This record gives sequence, structure tokens and C-alpha cells, in this order.
Amino acid sequence: MSIEVRGISKHYGDFVALGDVDLSIPTGRLTALLGPSGGGKSTLLRIIAGLEVADTGTVEIEGVDATRLPPQRRDVGFVFQHYAAFKHMTVAKNVAFGLEIRKRPKKEVRAKVQELLELVHLEQFADRLPAQLSGGQRQRMALARALAVEPKVLLLDEPFGALDAKVRKELRDWLRRLHDEVHVTTVFVTHDQEEALEVADEIVVINHGRIEQVGSPEDLYDEPANEFVMGFLGEVTTLDGHLVRPHDVQVHTSGERGGVPGTVVRALRIGFEVRLIVRPEGAADEGSDVVVTLTRTFARSLGLEVGTPVWLEPEQGARVVPVRRAPAAALDGDVLGAEGALV
Amino acid sequence: MSTPTLAATAPGSGPAGGPGAPQRGRRRPRGVEALTPAAGLGLGVAMLWFSLLVLLPLTAVVVTALEGGWGTFVDVVAEPDTRAALLLTITEALGVAVVNVVVGTVIAWVLVRDDFPGKRVLEVVIDVPFALPTIVAGLVLLSLYGPRSPIGVNVVGTREGIFLALLFVTLPFVVRTVQPVLIELDADVEEAAASLGASPATILRRIVLPSLAPAITAGASLAFARAISEFGSLVLIAGNVPGETEVASLRILKFIEGDRYASAAAVAFILLLVSALVIATLDVVSRRVARRG
Repeated sequence: MSIEVRGISKHYGDFVALGDVDLSIPTGRLTALLGPSGGGKSTLLRIIAGLEVADTGTVEIEGVDATRLPPQRRDVGFVFQHYAAFKHMTVAKNVAFGLEIRKRPKKEVRAKVQELLELVHLEQFADRLPAQLSGGQRQRMALARALAVEPKVLLLDEPFGALDAKVRKELRDWLRRLHDEVHVTTVFVTHDQEEALEVADEIVVINHGRIEQVGSPEDLYDEPANEFVMGFLGEVTTLDGHLVRPHDVQVHTSGERGGVPGTVVRALRIGFEVRLIVRPEGAADEGSDVVVTLTRTFARSLGLEVGTPVWLEPEQGARVVPVRRAPAAALDGDVLGAEGALV
Repeated sequence: MSTPTLAATAPGSGPAGGPGAPQRGRRRPRGVEALTPAAGLGLGVAMLWFSLLVLLPLTAVVVTALEGGWGTFVDVVAEPDTRAALLLTITEALGVAVVNVVVGTVIAWVLVRDDFPGKRVLEVVIDVPFALPTIVAGLVLLSLYGPRSPIGVNVVGTREGIFLALLFVTLPFVVRTVQPVLIELDADVEEAAASLGASPATILRRIVLPSLAPAITAGASLAFARAISEFGSLVLIAGNVPGETEVASLRILKFIEGDRYASAAAVAFILLLVSALVIATLDVVSRRVARRG
């Protein structure tokens, strides 16, 4: 295990940012700390880096107790959401910074900088100032700068949070490929479940200063430990008192095979997908509406449109989690939020 | 807005590779010519204001100074008292600028980075030298460091006294120029340097100071310019012994009282040159520090 976190707590006044967190982060993997804003994931990352001091608990990096070490001596590379570029230095100088203060020979520094700039595809920008780079390029520079000192672990705090959707996606794929090349133990913080599912080997879901679940993307998606994890990783909808993924709901146009009867109240087409909002029979308002996603072709073959009576049931083998408190406010908000964004 | 222009000019502008750059080059001067009425009016008012208040009087001084030819300058500088006054003024002003750079930056740092009781009060007190008429500033210093000093320190009529008065009136410049820049400085930049292994001293030298350099030199330039021209507070403190504690501005007053306008203008002209020279030098230094990193 590369990073061992034991019993870490952090309070800001009355606010509990982290409450007694234990976590082991495996060597050489790409781990995502995933959770909603204010859930404590960035605080945990900053505590690992030594930029924040925990109230209680210990941090061990590569077998060394780092709890009391200043950030300078932890051997971690840190990448910030807003790049934290040294604005008055050229790209090459930024990358060389860590090596120069270690008093490495000039020749070695130059070679290493060249190698890293090639790795992050910025070799032709070596003499530019950070202000002359785009956001994505600046973040790649920050990554090269962090990698230059060959840290034991690389920590990224919402690294793509300030970038637009397209660049975000490109950088995400690129980070994955980079990690496959460099193999340094990497931990990145994100609130974007898609980012975590796509890039990470392992995901740690953090909410309200607690770890909800740790596992591979498949584990978390297929076997969520609780309502929160299910709701946070991917979409969910409530069908007959159970949480289920909208694409795991089967739609029948006749009641012969059972299922929950209802009526289509809205149909939205998003690309190849069709989202149906189905109001179960007897439901008064949109509070108990069920969201179903189908492919467009399938929806057309069933002849679904607004007003069509349908019967819904969970797909065979789909993950279904009973709702404890009906209906959980946070999850409801999530589904509604997603809808709102599409309308 | 630009699309119709492009469509109109594109057919005539030759090979595919070329049109972009020359076209932009051609359009820029046209943009300058085509000032909107509001911009034209604004520029006109600014120029008129600037001319009436600064440019014309300045020219008048320069003309008066040069009217007498080279001879006036030689005569004025040849007077030992004038030479002493100029030398005193310039060295004191330089000294004041240097002290301000250090102390002003430290005060700005404390005000931005540290939390302590009375911080708000200090924030306000910093501006007192700005708010006080300079003659009152002189009076304030006189009451504590004058002949009737309650602590037994009398600096009236000494060079230290002049230095003290200049420090007093120039105190806010560097503080007030550095403070906003320091507030804007992102904490994560320093954190990034720390996690790369930089010690606090290295972070200060290679990350923080280069970012502050333009603000520090701007403050130092202001402090220097103010010190070189200070009058009000020195009237009471300096003692005005010719050749000893007489500064340039008081020398100028003495020339004017003696109806020697050309000499007064010559001294003023020399002060102007020195000021311009020092400010230009500081600018060069600041650019170099900011780039070095």
C-alpha cells in the first residue's frame, strides 16, 4: 500500500470535514476520490500532501510516517484545480523549478525538462509564459512540473474542474494513457462520476466526511453499498419503492406480464437515447414519476409517445436497492437535477 | 461583425495561405482612425486636461530653465549651497525609497497575511500621512522629536530629522501598492512551490518577490518622487541651514524670493531629470527581477 491513512479527522469550527477516516491506497494505481462538493475529499487530499494538518490520525506514504512532515519533505506531486502556475516563469522554468531547487546539474535539468515537455506535448511551448497557454495546456504544464521531481505519489485536486467539457474529456483520456506509461501512484479528486468511472482503477466514494464505499468502478456501479453510492454513481430512479437504474427498467405496452402500470407523461430525445417520464397509476404529482431510458429504435418499435399506457418492471438481474426513507431527498434531487439540465 | 468584411475582401486577396495576416494588419490602422464619437470626446478631454495641468506648465519650467542657456545651469550648480541642497535631497530621497521598499513590503505582508488584534486600526493609521497636510505632519513630528520633546530626542535641524520627516510622509506608498497585489497572490502557487520542495525562504525569493516586484518598484518610485519634492513637513523640521540641512525645494523657494526665476527653474529642471532617471531605472530593475524568478 502506497498511502495509509488512519483515523484522520478534521474539523473547521463545528463543521466536520473528515470524521475518523481510514483508507489504504494501492501502489501504482489510479485512484479517484469521488463525492459531492464539501464532502471532504479535497481536505483528505490536502492532508495527504501536508498542505492541511489533520486534528487526529496518521498518514503514511510508502511506509514512512508523514504525519508531521512538512509538504516539502513528503515527496508528493500536487496538481491544483486552477493550475497554480508560476506566472513569471516560462513553461520550461516552471517544469524545472523542483529540479533547480534540488541543485541538480544544469545538463540533467535540461534533459529532464525536455523529456517531460515531450511527455505532456508542450515541447514547442517551452519558452512561452503560462498566460500564453490555454487552460488545458497550463494544466499539462502543472502535471509535468509535479512529475519532474519524481514524486512517490501524484495528487490531483479536481485537475480538470476549471476546463470546458471537451478539453476535460481529452485530458481525462490523456491522463489515463499517461498513467499507463508512468505508473506513479496517483490519487485524484473529482465530483464528476463519469470522470471517476472512466479514468480510475479504484474509486473511493466520500460524503459528509465519511467513506461510503471503496472499490473498482464496476463494483461500485453494479454493487453499490447503499443508496448514496447508487445515486451518486450513475442515474437512478424509484420504481415501486426501489432504486433502479433508468436503463434497467423494462417497458411493456400490455399488462399481461405484470409490472407497475402508468402513463408516459413526457418523452425527451437525447441523441440516440429516449428518456421517458412515466407517472405510475394513482400517483397525484411528479413526486413518484419514474425515469426510463431506452434506445430510440426500441422506443419507436413500441410506439411510445406521451399518453401511452405502459407497464414497468426492473430488468432481470438488475441491481435494485430498497429505498429506506421514501423518497430520499438527495436522490430525488439528483434525478430532478438531471432532468432539469436536459429540458 | 467581421464576417461580412471577410466575405467582401476574401475574393480579391490572393492565395489561400496569405489573406489572414495581411488583412488583420490592414484593418488595425483603420480601427484607430474610426474612433467612436464618445471615445474621441474622452480622448480629447483627457489630452486637454493633461496639457493644461501637466504638459504646458512643465514645458514652461523647462523653457525658463533653458532660456538662460547652459550658463545658468553651470552657475547654479557651481554654487556650493545649491549643490549641497541637491545632493542632500537626492541621497535622502534614495535612502527613503530603499527603507520604504523593505519596511513597506513587511507592513503590507503583515496586513495581508497575519491576523492580530488591532489590524483594522493599523489599516487606517497607515493612511494618516496621506491624510495629514504635510505642514501638520511636520508639526506632529516636532511635538515628539522637537526641542520640547517629552522623550528628550531633538532632531530639528539635523539630517536625521529630514530623513525621519521624509519617512513619515512616504510611509503609505509601498504599503498601498504592494497590499492589493499580495491579496491577489494565489495561496496555491506557494503551496505548489512547497510541495515541489521549496523552503519558505526560496518561495519568498523565487515566487513571491518576483510577483511583487512591479508593485514594490511602483511604490518606491512614488516614495522617491514624493521625497525629492517634499516641502511642507521639512519647513519645520529641516532648520534650513544652507549647505547643511537645506533641501532642494526650500532652495527653490529661496531663489524665487530673491527674484532669481531662472535659477529656480534650473534647480527644478535638475530635480525633474533625476526623478525621471530614477523612475526609469527602477522600472528596468523591476522588469528584470520579475522575469528572473
